[in-house]
Amino acid sequence: MNRILTKLKEEKKLLSIYFSAGYPNRNDTTSIIEHLEHSDVDMIEIGLPFSDPLADGPTIQESSTQALKNGMTTELLFEQLKDIRKTVSIPLIIMGYFNPILQYGVEAFCKKCEEVGIDGLIIPDLPADVYHREYKTIFEHHNLINVFLITPQTSEQRIRYIDSISNGFIYMVSSASVTGSNSGFGEAQTTYFKRIANMNLNNPTIVGFGISDKQTFTQATTYSKGAIIGSAFIKFLKQHSIAKIPEFVKAIKN
Amino acid sequence: MTEIMIYNINDKGYYGEFGGAYIPEMLYPNVEELSQKYLAIMNEASFQKEFNQLLKDYVGRPSPLYFAKRLSEKHNTKIYLKREDLNHTGAHKVNNTIGQILMAKSLGKTRIIAETGAGQHGVATATVCALMGMQCIVYMGAVDIERQAPNVARMKMLGAEVRPALSGSKTLKDATNEAIRDWINNPTNTHYIIGSVVGPHPYPDMVARFQAVISEEIKWQLKDKEGTETPDHVIACVGGGSNAAGAFYHYLDDTNVNLIAVEAAGKGIHSGESAATSILGREGIIHGSKTLLMQTNDGQITEPYSISAGLDYPGVGPMHAHLYKTGRAEFLAVTDDEAMTAGLELSQLEGIIPAIETAHALAVFDKKAFKASDIVILNVSGRGDKDLQNYIDYFKL
Repeated sequence: MNRILTKLKEEKKLLSIYFSAGYPNRNDTTSIIEHLEHSDVDMIEIGLPFSDPLADGPTIQESSTQALKNGMTTELLFEQLKDIRKTVSIPLIIMGYFNPILQYGVEAFCKKCEEVGIDGLIIPDLPADVYHREYKTIFEHHNLINVFLITPQTSEQRIRYIDSISNGFIYMVSSASVTGSNSGFGEAQTTYFKRIANMNLNNPTIVGFGISDKQTFTQATTYSKGAIIGSAFIKFLKQHSIAKIPEFVKAIKN
Repeated sequence: MTEIMIYNINDKGYYGEFGGAYIPEMLYPNVEELSQKYLAIMNEASFQKEFNQLLKDYVGRPSPLYFAKRLSEKHNTKIYLKREDLNHTGAHKVNNTIGQILMAKSLGKTRIIAETGAGQHGVATATVCALMGMQCIVYMGAVDIERQAPNVARMKMLGAEVRPALSGSKTLKDATNEAIRDWINNPTNTHYIIGSVVGPHPYPDMVARFQAVISEEIKWQLKDKEGTETPDHVIACVGGGSNAAGAFYHYLDDTNVNLIAVEAAGKGIHSGESAATSILGREGIIHGSKTLLMQTNDGQITEPYSISAGLDYPGVGPMHAHLYKTGRAEFLAVTDDEAMTAGLELSQLEGIIPAIETAHALAVFDKKAFKASDIVILNVSGRGDKDLQNYIDYFKL
């Protein structure tokens, strides 16, 4: 069974951490993943760097740009990950924009993902209908779960559609924003979280965007299965060594 | 049975294999709303009436179709210039911004955002926002803000806020990214006025339809002058491709008309400093559209170069990618030097100082021979006032 599905069955709120592969240094990728696993993180999103990350705020843009400057490529990422399953057992998801995947070849990319032990993909600019029409069978053939996003503006009808084509979890964007906005959650978010919870979707939701600390993690997971932290973790990596990762995770989970 | 080739957009939002809407879910409601409504709104009688009235009274349309006698003699063919340079704000860009501001009003939007490279589209957007009393925010690369001070001042004078794009190479591509991020952050009250036939469907088609007034006028103007609606060639420069889309539009399916798209070769197509997207690009996704774009083997979008700020975009509109791929249009690439020479030539033969973008199209006459009897239409996309400093530096004037 896909590791994501197994993880989602656990009776607890899940913490997923995003980072950009090849940042802060080119060869930090596997070390960061291993430290996250040892810190009891539940799931990891490995960011495939892109020159033009439309849905990301300044922090992730900057880490993505730096990773590219460090010489990060798709091929290199797979090279770095080739033995990752010898040391890491939690679900690993690659989050990346569609163009680098398209250039690698969607089929070849999915095949590589399966070989190194990737469980799912999040591709923000691959629309649900195009995925469904052109790529679904390839993803499924390689045992990859594709994760779709919903936002506070997504209509109920479309949420139902996305739920119907999802097979894992739904990535619930917390507010109308790019990643890394840090204003905390207010009444509007709580109402939105409750609204989605009351829809009784087939797939659990995991909240992303705007989660940076214990408080926002708790707020986000009150009505959902888990939450994803990205920008706040990247800021931490900018200032602290990889060895300190357990401290970052502990501050959120305790 | 031969398959009938369709050069215009299909009902799925694609030109052949190019186009579509490769957008994050955050943009879906806005883009979908536009996609569902744009044709109905554009076809409303009241919309048409207001659009045409503004094009006439405010922009100054129809723009003249001018027989360039001395240029024709020099190149031994019959050259007509479509004078988009005479429009209010000095270029074809305003045809689109007039259309889109009316679209924004119909959609009930109150806040306008736009991207700009050299500032021409930014000025055209700031102009229509002033006209309609709408809030206007223009994203412009920090590097371009430095290079294009007069246009920044014009936008400010028109009441727009100019926000620097500080990411990436700090030019047009990054300004577009920032505008898209703004739209993600402001999903309900904001309309994004894209400046060219790029971006997710329905933008390429909507912008092309607003610019199609160019070829619509050419048809009856040429009929008046030559007794035919059909020229032998239509030439236009292509960055994103909006002036070319407008000049080609009504001739797309008439294969008797040779369409010539001119891209910027910068310092030479293979010099590493070029913006000849169709020739150098590969199929990929940029700004929500599947098209031809300049990129690394790894799919990272690269930075183009041209002396013309309006042509250095790493992608090209999906319509043009399709015209290139099918061979419907002839694509030529013109270097900085060839363009500057042609710009000076038009100035001195006809008393018209063209924008450097247009000068690229003009350089075709030195690269390609036309028959003496050929009727050649060249779209003068903009005037050269904005480029004076470039001309001064280049020719040591």
